[in-house]
Amino acid sequence: MAELLFWPALLAYGEAAVAYFGNARRPGRAGLLGTWGVRLGWLAQTALLGFQATRADGFPWDTWAGSLNLFVWLVVGGYLIWGCRARYRLLGLTVMPLVVGLLVLARIGGGTAAGTHSHYSNLFLVAHVGFVLAAFAGFTLAAGLSALYLWQERRLKRRRAGGVLGRAPSLASLEALAGRTIVFALPALTVGIVAGFVRLREKGGGVDALMVVTLLTWALYAGFVLLRYEAGWRGRRAAYLALAGFALVIVVRLGLPLTHFS
Amino acid sequence: MKLVLVGISHHVAPVELRERVAVPLDQAAELSRRLAGETGEAACLSTCNRTELYVVDGAEAEARAVEVLAEVAGLSEEELHPVLYRLTDEAAALHLFRVAAGLDSMVPGEGEILGQVRAAYEAAERGPTLDRLFRQALHAGKKVRNETAIGESPSSVSSAAAALAEQLFGDLAGRRTLVIGGGEMGELAVRNLGSRGAEIALVASRTVDRAVLMQELEHADVVVSSTSSAETILHRDDVERVMQARRGRPLFLIDIAVPRDLDPAIHELEGCYLYDIDDLEAVVAEGLAGRRREASRAEAIVAEEAEQFRAWQASREVVPAIASLRARAEEIRAGELARARGRLSESERLAVESITSQIVNKLLHLPTVRLKEAAAGADGSTYADAVTHLFGLGEDADPPRLAGK
Repeated sequence: MAELLFWPALLAYGEAAVAYFGNARRPGRAGLLGTWGVRLGWLAQTALLGFQATRADGFPWDTWAGSLNLFVWLVVGGYLIWGCRARYRLLGLTVMPLVVGLLVLARIGGGTAAGTHSHYSNLFLVAHVGFVLAAFAGFTLAAGLSALYLWQERRLKRRRAGGVLGRAPSLASLEALAGRTIVFALPALTVGIVAGFVRLREKGGGVDALMVVTLLTWALYAGFVLLRYEAGWRGRRAAYLALAGFALVIVVRLGLPLTHFS
Repeated sequence: MKLVLVGISHHVAPVELRERVAVPLDQAAELSRRLAGETGEAACLSTCNRTELYVVDGAEAEARAVEVLAEVAGLSEEELHPVLYRLTDEAAALHLFRVAAGLDSMVPGEGEILGQVRAAYEAAERGPTLDRLFRQALHAGKKVRNETAIGESPSSVSSAAAALAEQLFGDLAGRRTLVIGGGEMGELAVRNLGSRGAEIALVASRTVDRAVLMQELEHADVVVSSTSSAETILHRDDVERVMQARRGRPLFLIDIAVPRDLDPAIHELEGCYLYDIDDLEAVVAEGLAGRRREASRAEAIVAEEAEQFRAWQASREVVPAIASLRARAEEIRAGELARARGRLSESERLAVESITSQIVNKLLHLPTVRLKEAAAGADGSTYADAVTHLFGLGEDADPPRLAGK
């Protein structure tokens, strides 16, 4: 059954990625096909996660690959909130290929299988993983928005605006949406970190390098919120800061198998 | 019934003539009614680029449309003749679909035409043909705009300025515009910005008090400058000072003056986007090139829609034959049932009625489908004639008696 749900999800996401490429070259029907690919893929993946949840003994995504599967679902879910609008299809061009790659990785690592036995029985641990992943999904989308902002801003500065007029969200929308996404994601990361520390205290473990990087990530995004909304940091500086935060998110994700999973 | 289009357009008629045949919207309905007469259908599409009359009627429709157009222009038919075009049926439909898609416009893909086609549709004296024609034209126009990028890029300097402002700020509602100078181009740009919701904060002459100008610059989102001054009005240093107070809020500056009013180095400042007349014209040129590229895709969509309309219109040719065939079959069935009524009980009569209905429907299903298919393939009238002849439709003959009766 898990197989039957995984392949439609992957195929639909793949179709969306290809369609968004087609849409970037020639806007129109390809964009619509891309949007439907994202929607259908996400529904299939939701069913897959639901199936995994019913068959697992405990928390079903406690492996690195499993958490990647959940992470992909959160990223696409976040994207779906506003990404189906025609002007945000350019963002789909950056998000969907990444999603396809990560889902394939999750499958190779066994993260899309059902009937797993979980070592995570502690509520704090589940909350820790869930909230941190949700926050990371938000930061990923904010990074995509910021990258799109920088690309478009550069075109406007170089006075080569023809390719973006009417086809991409305005700079103001991208900036506001990236800021808002981070404002929503930061509390999730805070809760996730606190839950992790509570669990760590119960277990009596020590702080490792990955935890330090995660705290650094939190500090950087907290700095982003302060600078963006209190000190008036806008435009390119804010976009670069969001991308720097995302670089730390990648470090944490890549470092997870080394420190948290055997 | 034949669909006829008679019109004049910017392709051949100069504006002096087009303005003479222009029909205001409130008169288009009256004109359509007059042209349609008692039994026909008519529509009048009048825009700044064309006046076209669509008539569905018998053989004299075309002559009547020319007569009306000449009357509106106050010219003789002979004088109008060289600039008139006449199209019928499929060609007329294809033309309207191209018009609705903006493919017949001076600027390919211009957006206003769809609204004008809708207005003509609403004012038309409609029957089944014009109703279907205009609805499909509106559908084709929308489809072209949804599935191609033909209407996305700006087509004039003023619309390019407004589109760039929207690309920076999104919705322009409430955005403050500072206008320096009163050049004609600047005025057009300001009008375009205003139509998208931007508000004019200050209209300043080139001799305006510098302190006032700087104060306004601190709050403005868009600056439009078009003075005839030989001197630079705003220098990089002026804007740099203001930008510090703006806390990173972007500033879009449009310099339409020649010689330029604004120091080109302003564009180097973070958050400042300065476009002069050449930059805006480059945006327009790129946009028009893009529209022409998209036009070939739009033509394919329009041709598809025109083919659908042709098939629909052709299928209507066989509708009377199908209706007569079914009526004849029903007449025979009902007649034979009436003859047998005395020999059947109520329950038997109901059973026989149901069975005979099913037999008639099943027998006629395939011929009906085949007739419609033949009509779509342009053989409709031949098949319709054959059916009419074979079944003696339209003849006053008694229904044939069944064998043994």
